Amino acid sequence: MVSILAYGGYVPRLRLSREAIVTANSWFNPALKAHMAGERSICNWDEDPLTMAVAAARDCLTGVAKESVTACHLASTTLPFVDRQNAGVVAAAAGLPETATTMDVTGSQRAATTALAAACRDGSGRTLLIASEKREARSGAPQEALYGDGAAALLIGPGPGIARLVASAGVAVDFVDHYRAPDHRFEYGWEERWIRDEGYQKIVPRALEPALAEAGISGAEIDHFVMPCVYPAVTRSFARTYGIRPEAVSDTLQAVMGEAGAAHPLVMLTRVLEQARPGQKIVLVGFGQGADALVFEVEEGIARLEPRIGIGGHLARGRPETNYQKYLAMNGLVDQEHGKRAEIDGQTALSTLYRKRDMVTSLIGGVCRTCGTRQFPKSALCVNPNCGEYDSQDDYPFADEPARVLTWSADHLVFVPTPPAHYGMVQFDGGGRFMADFTDVAEGEVEVGMDMRMEFRIKEMDSDRGFRKYFWKAAPARQG
Amino acid sequence: MATGIKDKVAILGMGCSKFGERWDMSADDLMLEAFREGLADAGIEKNQIDAAWLSTCFDEVSVGKSAVPLSEALRLPYIPVTRVENYCASGTEAFRAAAYAVASGACDFALALGVEKLKDTGYGGLPVQGRGPLVPMWWANVTAPGSFAQLASAYRAKHGIDKETFKRAIAHVSVKSHDNGTKNPKAHLQKAITEEQAINAPMIAEPLGLFDCCGVSDGAACAILTRPEIAESLGKKDLVSVKALQLSVSNGVESQHNSWDGSHFKTTRIAAKRAYQEAGIETPREQISMFEVHDCFSVTELVTMEDLFISEEGQAVSDVLDGFYDADGGVPCQIDGGLKCFGHPIGASGLRMMYEMYLQIQGRAGARQLADPVFGMTHNLGGSPWRNVSSVSIVGRYGA
Repeated sequence: MVSILAYGGYVPRLRLSREAIVTANSWFNPALKAHMAGERSICNWDEDPLTMAVAAARDCLTGVAKESVTACHLASTTLPFVDRQNAGVVAAAAGLPETATTMDVTGSQRAATTALAAACRDGSGRTLLIASEKREARSGAPQEALYGDGAAALLIGPGPGIARLVASAGVAVDFVDHYRAPDHRFEYGWEERWIRDEGYQKIVPRALEPALAEAGISGAEIDHFVMPCVYPAVTRSFARTYGIRPEAVSDTLQAVMGEAGAAHPLVMLTRVLEQARPGQKIVLVGFGQGADALVFEVEEGIARLEPRIGIGGHLARGRPETNYQKYLAMNGLVDQEHGKRAEIDGQTALSTLYRKRDMVTSLIGGVCRTCGTRQFPKSALCVNPNCGEYDSQDDYPFADEPARVLTWSADHLVFVPTPPAHYGMVQFDGGGRFMADFTDVAEGEVEVGMDMRMEFRIKEMDSDRGFRKYFWKAAPARQG
Repeated sequence: MATGIKDKVAILGMGCSKFGERWDMSADDLMLEAFREGLADAGIEKNQIDAAWLSTCFDEVSVGKSAVPLSEALRLPYIPVTRVENYCASGTEAFRAAAYAVASGACDFALALGVEKLKDTGYGGLPVQGRGPLVPMWWANVTAPGSFAQLASAYRAKHGIDKETFKRAIAHVSVKSHDNGTKNPKAHLQKAITEEQAINAPMIAEPLGLFDCCGVSDGAACAILTRPEIAESLGKKDLVSVKALQLSVSNGVESQHNSWDGSHFKTTRIAAKRAYQEAGIETPREQISMFEVHDCFSVTELVTMEDLFISEEGQAVSDVLDGFYDADGGVPCQIDGGLKCFGHPIGASGLRMMYEMYLQIQGRAGARQLADPVFGMTHNLGGSPWRNVSSVSIVGRYGA
């Protein structure tokens, strides 16, 4: 029997007010006023699908032995690299063993549900399936208001766990509601009414009905009907057709974060699992050039799952952003003046990155076998002035270590996309420190002694070469 | 036990260009301006110089690499010339190399010349430095003000000093240096400012405002060194001799080991102790007549006065606010305006500080002349509080 063993989620802290979007753009397209309500999650400048995937993976692996993970699959249509395995970066940052099979799954909004069905059918080891998405839209496009950024992760393996797969079915149909070519930044789509009537209404049943039949349940027995769709009428229509109780139709989270593309089925599923009770039936639907339908039954283990932040916890951590111009600038949607200090060359020496990959990607330092001093970075000569032993250090991972601010400043001089740049000496409680960039902090928030948590983020964008540097930053360790 | 440098080296002559935004001058012009004054002051011929050291820091914008730019600018007669670079201590490093050369007897006359041409970047503040391939992958995206500003956070937390009092104290540091700068015709900034101006200036890096940051200047300074007996044989009177030349360099403890508290300069404390020992100074607060410390930022000067053991730990704020370091205070500090107002052409700064000590001890400091100074201390700090080079030097009346 294959089960979901654990879940995790991540929603970026910034929530852009839809009113700000609509107010700035309705002069051109008054129809946008239909999307005034609520807010959408947006990545900070240093977040992307890869960093969100790491955050969701770490959340999912709370209390899980990382060496037990045998595969790491990353589903997304907005991965930063087309030819460099993104899942490999995520696996290294999340501290997974190098023996874990890594794979990017992409090309469709259905990528995560198809990967989930495949992982459940495989069932030979423990697969960490992460779905992460940050879709871009032109300024003023309806998608700008409808979409949100986010990620979710599931650990799948031999059960029992927290929910077992009861049945699944899928169809592949080349229904092009929208598409995006590799050299195009934005998607190109077709008329909504056609997508609704010829797409969802006709294709989803071809997966949903056989899945329900295989599971041997009726619509009325579904406790959670999880289907991302930005057209509420579609979901209501399925509920009527299949007799699904209205209260069993899961919240699409449209009001609080927007739709996170290929990640959204797992984002919604994670939110449901956070509140599900043993015995409940969950139906998950993914749509995109066909449809997937998966039926799960919640297991007893769900009550014993170690607490984690999850989608709910991250949703509760939102910080309102009403500055639409700042959103445009952070995302390169306006040609903003950055000043001459932004003109530095950001080339990455790939040989250096490889040699220091444990340090840079995995935040691994050293602990001295002779004196016990933890230190970052690891070196062949212990930093403890009373030790000074050669070749005495074992690897020591710092990513999950509690940390505090020892010194800090907020720098208005240096170029960063969201000034001022906060940084300071971050000291780990058990030993070790380094001068770290801070992220997700507000002006006036930082003080000496503040509890921090390390987060994997974009260090610097090298847009000339299409590369991005990743490293770890300190963020306030506020509790969910 | 080494016998140290005390009284083994005399300053034969010194020169210093006007510091400032020298839009009409390149680095070679600045070098020549300082050298002509220094050579005339020394009273020797150029071809008597046995060896020279050039200090510059930002080869990206200044003169590029190697010592050739100095040899070319001065048309030196194919003598040994070496470029040294050690962050903001570069000028003092050139001085130390030249001093060691004459002290050893390998040279009779050695030249130390520092220069920096910074105002060719197109923007204010220091140029963005090249840092090799690994550093940009993990170091915080720091600037100089953002680095030194960190001291304030840890110092305030350690000593329980409220934000407003601390801001007022660092403002006073700058007000004092601006007052001193008005009496220095070679200074980059020669206008007085008020405490209110300093406190209300635009923020650069919390809590440092514009007036907490030193000038970024073009300039050059030089020293011609010899042994005291040679200077005397040339008929020189009122000799100024070297008493101590110390340097301490971080080894990773501050940045990687939890033993350092972030509120002080570990290196400066070590270098200062060695310097006092080398110079035979036992009560520095009483014995040192004047200081030129590395006031790249007001907070650096404040903290440094404790690290040099002049203010008791935790007492620099009250000493500063009491005017102890003012021109008419207990021990004048930055009597020439300091980095703050004389300016900070990196490679020249250590030599510029030495120039002021030399003038003051010889009684040639004009409107800012102090009464009867005997020992002067200079201090450079390059890098950041957690990873730096700190030089502490003492010069004084020969024989004192």
